[in-house]
Amino acid sequence: MRFTKVFCVLAVLLALGTVAVAEGGQVLLNAAGATFPYPIYSKWFDQYRQAHPNVQINYQSIGSGGGIRQLMDKTVDFGASDGPMTDEQLKQASVPILHFPTVLGADIPSYNIPGVSAELNFTPEALAGIYLGKITKWNDPAITSANPGVKLPGDDIVVVHRSDGSGTTYIWVDYLSKVSPEWQSKVGKATSVNWPVGLGGKGNEGVAALVKQTPGAIGYIELIYAIQNHMSYGKVKNAAGVFVKADLASVSAAAAAAAKSMPDDFRVSITNPPDNKAAYPIASFTWLLIPEKFSDATKRDVVKNFLKWMITDGQQSCEALAYAKLPKEVVAKEMKAIAKIQ
Amino acid sequence: MATTPNAATPAELAWSPRALLRRLGNADEIAHLVTLIAAATLLLITALLVFQLWVHSAEARAKFGWSFFVTRTWDPVSGEFGALPFIYGTLVTSAVALVIAVPLGVGGAIFLAELAPPKLSSSLTFVSDLLAAVPSVIYGLLGVFLLVPLMRTTIQPVLKKTLGFLPLFQGPAYGIGFLTAGIVLAIMVVPFVLSVSREVLLAVPRDQREAALALGATKWESTWKVVVPAARIGIFGSVFLALARALGETMAVTMVIGNNPTISGSLFSPGYSIAAVLANEFSEATGNLYLSALIELGLVLFLLTFVLNGLARLLILVTTARGSGVLPT
Repeated sequence: MRFTKVFCVLAVLLALGTVAVAEGGQVLLNAAGATFPYPIYSKWFDQYRQAHPNVQINYQSIGSGGGIRQLMDKTVDFGASDGPMTDEQLKQASVPILHFPTVLGADIPSYNIPGVSAELNFTPEALAGIYLGKITKWNDPAITSANPGVKLPGDDIVVVHRSDGSGTTYIWVDYLSKVSPEWQSKVGKATSVNWPVGLGGKGNEGVAALVKQTPGAIGYIELIYAIQNHMSYGKVKNAAGVFVKADLASVSAAAAAAAKSMPDDFRVSITNPPDNKAAYPIASFTWLLIPEKFSDATKRDVVKNFLKWMITDGQQSCEALAYAKLPKEVVAKEMKAIAKIQ
Repeated sequence: MATTPNAATPAELAWSPRALLRRLGNADEIAHLVTLIAAATLLLITALLVFQLWVHSAEARAKFGWSFFVTRTWDPVSGEFGALPFIYGTLVTSAVALVIAVPLGVGGAIFLAELAPPKLSSSLTFVSDLLAAVPSVIYGLLGVFLLVPLMRTTIQPVLKKTLGFLPLFQGPAYGIGFLTAGIVLAIMVVPFVLSVSREVLLAVPRDQREAALALGATKWESTWKVVVPAARIGIFGSVFLALARALGETMAVTMVIGNNPTISGSLFSPGYSIAAVLANEFSEATGNLYLSALIELGLVLFLLTFVLNGLARLLILVTTARGSGVLPT
């Protein structure tokens, strides 16, 4: 008897619920892609839902590659990626796909040299040489000349890189490809590469653990992870010749420096940007991948509205989560691009 | 009735709907059907798995052919893929794991089944079963934060000093690499060897022990010469189970193996295993050839497991045919 009553109540509730949803015009959007911006995306989607209770965006952080594939297979409404889609991928897609930068990420060099606590300066040549396996000792002139006053030991350098395919790796090797022709021809850039030397650690935490535990190690780590874990790290020389330490301001400055020469489709690498003394050179956008045409007008309007909110009000949430904000030049340009979505 | 010319043969009769229904009234028939479906489903899942791996690896198979098995390069940028370093790493780490885990597991099982007081035996078995239930990522984390520093500062230098003349223990000691991965795997598979072996040893009939003792054998002689040979097949079985687990282990291995596709004779060297590269690169793999090559690696792992299992079964057949000791069937 009691069960019957409970069942009736449940049935009524369920019926009421269905009606409410139908009347509210619930819009459900599915998205998938990059893991690096997942914390800020989930915060944005949550905040946006609080302001617009009828919009729900499900985001699965399955990785950039998976995001691009699912978008091309049309199993999601939009995708997200740490690296821009290639020309070939864009050609394969049935609908033209637009790139929208959302936030910025950066890589920092972290190291563990016994007896050295100073913040080291790294030139592009030194970083490329170390990762190519040509500079093997910490007291190599390429390193010591940029660090006067620091006594570096003759220990072997143990190179550490990410083992998992990742946007963090993409930024790092994209930078090395720009500053070293040898890297460009021998290794190239992708989310995983054929590393000339080194040990692979899984995830930022894996690289950080290996660097921390191995005397003489150097590894690259995503800036947010380094900030949140209070790690110390080195400065890198930018194209203007200044050694810059990565922080949210210097990363945004890199985007601003690149904004002048930004192509209309936003598929741009901002590593080693020219003519900006404040810019940190190993940084990148991460993108949302939005189809140019939506068959569903409601979804289209929601996406456009969300994008506008994301690059304006949404940017206020970035710093709390240690993401670098988009510079205003880029925001203005994106506003124009949003109008293109049909 | 049976003599009329156009009556159904008994075999045909057995599958006519009415006969089937009648037979289903019988509990034995139902049990037969249900278990048959269960077994067939298992086979079907395996077949589907292989089929999917085969279909989706078509592009890589067409491009690389058999050279996939002997190529050492893995370069996602230039689209050149070979499985050799990964096959090597998978085999080496699994071998290290078995070399450590089998003596430990079988030795422990003999103690628990034959020599230990029953109370101690059951509580120790419980602890070992608990080990089997720990998620592999926990082993990986323990490996990274405890074992790796210990290996680098203590175990590897000691091995270098004592056994450094062997090519196995040369080269720089990073703390990670084949040996560390093998040790973590060994810790993970010991409970399988121990638990299954203990059960099998306990299942050896009491008469056999008593007969051996009555003939004047000591306790150890009866254990080593009668009980263990009698339980041999089951013990082999536990080792295969451990091997299968070691071959396919992903998370714990990738955290301590160094993830570098090198082929080196030294166990101190960093390496890579098939399961680890799949876990690392699958999610961010862009491009069809890259994805296809990763799926072909999955196929290779399946093949490897298949071949090793086949070889192991052959080994049992050969040793059983020679027939030392009576085997409980």
